[in-house]
Amino acid sequence: MQLDNNQLLRFTTAGSVDDGKSTLIGRLLYDSKSIFEDQLESIENTSAKKGHEGVDLALFTDGLKEEREQGITIDVAYRYFTTPKRKFIIADTPGHIQYTRNMVTGASTANVALILIDARHGVIEQTRRHAFIASLLQIPHLIVCINKMDLVDFSEERYNEIIAQFEEFSSKLLVKDIRFLPISALLGDNVVNASENMKWFKGAPMLHTLETMHISSDINKIDARFPVQTVLRPQRDGFIDYRGYAGRVASGIFRPGDEVTVMPSGFTSKIKSIDTFESTVDEAFAPMSVSITLEDDIDVSRGDMIVRNNNKPEPKQEFDAMLCWLNNETAKPRAKYTICHTSNDQKSMIKEVRYKVDVNSYNRIEDDKDLNMNDIARVTIKTTRPLMIDEYRDNRVTGSFILVDDATHETVAAGMIL
Amino acid sequence: MSKYYLNYLDELESEAIYILREVWAQFDNPVIMFSGGKDSILLTHLAKKAFFPSRIPFPLMHVDTGHNFPETIQFRDDLIKEFGCQLIVGSVQESIDQGRVAEEKGKNATRNALQITTLLDAIESNKIDCAIGGGRRDEEKARAKERFFSHRDDFGQWNPKNQRPELWNILNGKHFEGEHFRAFPISNWTEMDVWNYIKRENIAIPSLYFAHEREVVWRSDSWIPVSEFLILEEGEKVETKKIRFRTLGDITITGGMESDADTLEKIANEVSTMRKTERGNRTDDKRSESAMEDRKRQGYF
Repeated sequence: MQLDNNQLLRFTTAGSVDDGKSTLIGRLLYDSKSIFEDQLESIENTSAKKGHEGVDLALFTDGLKEEREQGITIDVAYRYFTTPKRKFIIADTPGHIQYTRNMVTGASTANVALILIDARHGVIEQTRRHAFIASLLQIPHLIVCINKMDLVDFSEERYNEIIAQFEEFSSKLLVKDIRFLPISALLGDNVVNASENMKWFKGAPMLHTLETMHISSDINKIDARFPVQTVLRPQRDGFIDYRGYAGRVASGIFRPGDEVTVMPSGFTSKIKSIDTFESTVDEAFAPMSVSITLEDDIDVSRGDMIVRNNNKPEPKQEFDAMLCWLNNETAKPRAKYTICHTSNDQKSMIKEVRYKVDVNSYNRIEDDKDLNMNDIARVTIKTTRPLMIDEYRDNRVTGSFILVDDATHETVAAGMIL
Repeated sequence: MSKYYLNYLDELESEAIYILREVWAQFDNPVIMFSGGKDSILLTHLAKKAFFPSRIPFPLMHVDTGHNFPETIQFRDDLIKEFGCQLIVGSVQESIDQGRVAEEKGKNATRNALQITTLLDAIESNKIDCAIGGGRRDEEKARAKERFFSHRDDFGQWNPKNQRPELWNILNGKHFEGEHFRAFPISNWTEMDVWNYIKRENIAIPSLYFAHEREVVWRSDSWIPVSEFLILEEGEKVETKKIRFRTLGDITITGGMESDADTLEKIANEVSTMRKTERGNRTDDKRSESAMEDRKRQGYF
């Protein structure tokens, strides 16, 4: 198999077990021949034990003992498959328990979100919630899969009705690329193979769409940002004076000779070289891991950010963000948390909860400002020192952060800077 | 299409390097768990890239069950010499001698589960706060739920239902004294990715992975190598076969498969046509539906 230029595409799936989400993933893996014989045998045995007719494809996605016993998904699980065109990573997020927390997690790295709708029920509250989260996390591409078309006689009319329902609210979303797809995950229609039952549908089946979708331009190539993870000082023969700043390019493009500023100190220098293992490169772009050396001997350490002189992020100590609360413990008013933003940790405080968002109606909630698990709110964050931030809509790396509770060290919230 | 994108192997490599550098930055005393298998060799290779021109800043830690392939130990020692790393060995035999664990009895007795105690003891006595492992999410269903940074309580236990959510590429390794982390930089690699990368980078791996002649016995659907630990059962006979191993574990539980693949190219081709998972030849995973999850909860990697 010739895969040299193949890209990696990460997608997340939203929908409950009832929407046929697990069946869809099982179908994708099965029809793309990504399931091994021993896995299939094990699923056949379990299907028979449970008294199911045929092979229950949904069982492929069960991971933990309790999930198998209860037939639910508890935690985000990752699945992999490869076709001759691309490698895929699926973040399979549970539909029932802690849906927001898990979907936000799965969505944070996704290029594409698949939202499932049961063709019999049409758009329900949950659909609106999933679409909202996909939009909040700025997933560039959304595929709305209208599933179980076999149960509505593969009706084109029903399909169009559901699209109309979705479009009633989708104008409020920030996702630019929304596509619709009529499928039957159970029978395989329009998943890997084009549907024989829905000749009226002129679009490509799901896999083809995933294989050919243009994702290279999803990454910000304008704002050059390089958060320093660690400093490499080898102190060995041949590299006595070497001082490399190791990190992964967050966005933009860096080249040797670029005039750069180190933030927050403001020292300026020029890029001397961009190094990888035993070689150098002419250009570094996201998400490349490299180390950068500078012409001048200036003080740079973890938490600093190297940027180009003519395009700097704004250092801010107070900013607004959309916050998703991920912890069982309710947020304490004006409580202090450690904020982790790129490679920089600072003490911070939720200065104010401006409003919460009802993820089903998209309405603001102004009279209840307690942040509980799965709540989404607009907040004002204050930090002890300035952070080099961009807006999340421009930059998913320098526009995002997490909050960590110092008492438990747990990750309690995820934030997207406005 | 613009040229500003990475192919999937480069992206996986970059992700792993990012995670290894985060481990180095966030922990005081990390180690690489080194088994001598392809995944831990790959990990060591990636660590070399992540810190070049510095040397790999982590010691390698090997949990030695005493049931090794001799080739694995030789390979380990050569690699240590080449990379100039420190080696920490946790010995299961010592744990047995000290009465910390008891040897399993019976036909399919292995030292696989005994490793957990030795591993946790070694982590504690060496004050290790992060053990980097070559676990991959595609290997097994419990592993599919793992984080890059996976928290362990002060008993070394994993609680899959209460894991820290991991968003974007922000890794939270904050911990209290006595707790530790497992880090899995190659979580997103599949078996095929590993082989394609080893082939591309021409990474040296133990000869056991290549087809070779060996004395073996047919047991549990695979060819179990003859060793001093193997007790022949009635009806079993020793044969010489051309085999290779798809994964490497203890010599007592690792089954080989008949193969002519004696180059990385041929191995990668062979793996791409396999219809069974790689852990299918591991008797440790065949014990029950949740064998891996149960061991992981106790502190296995």
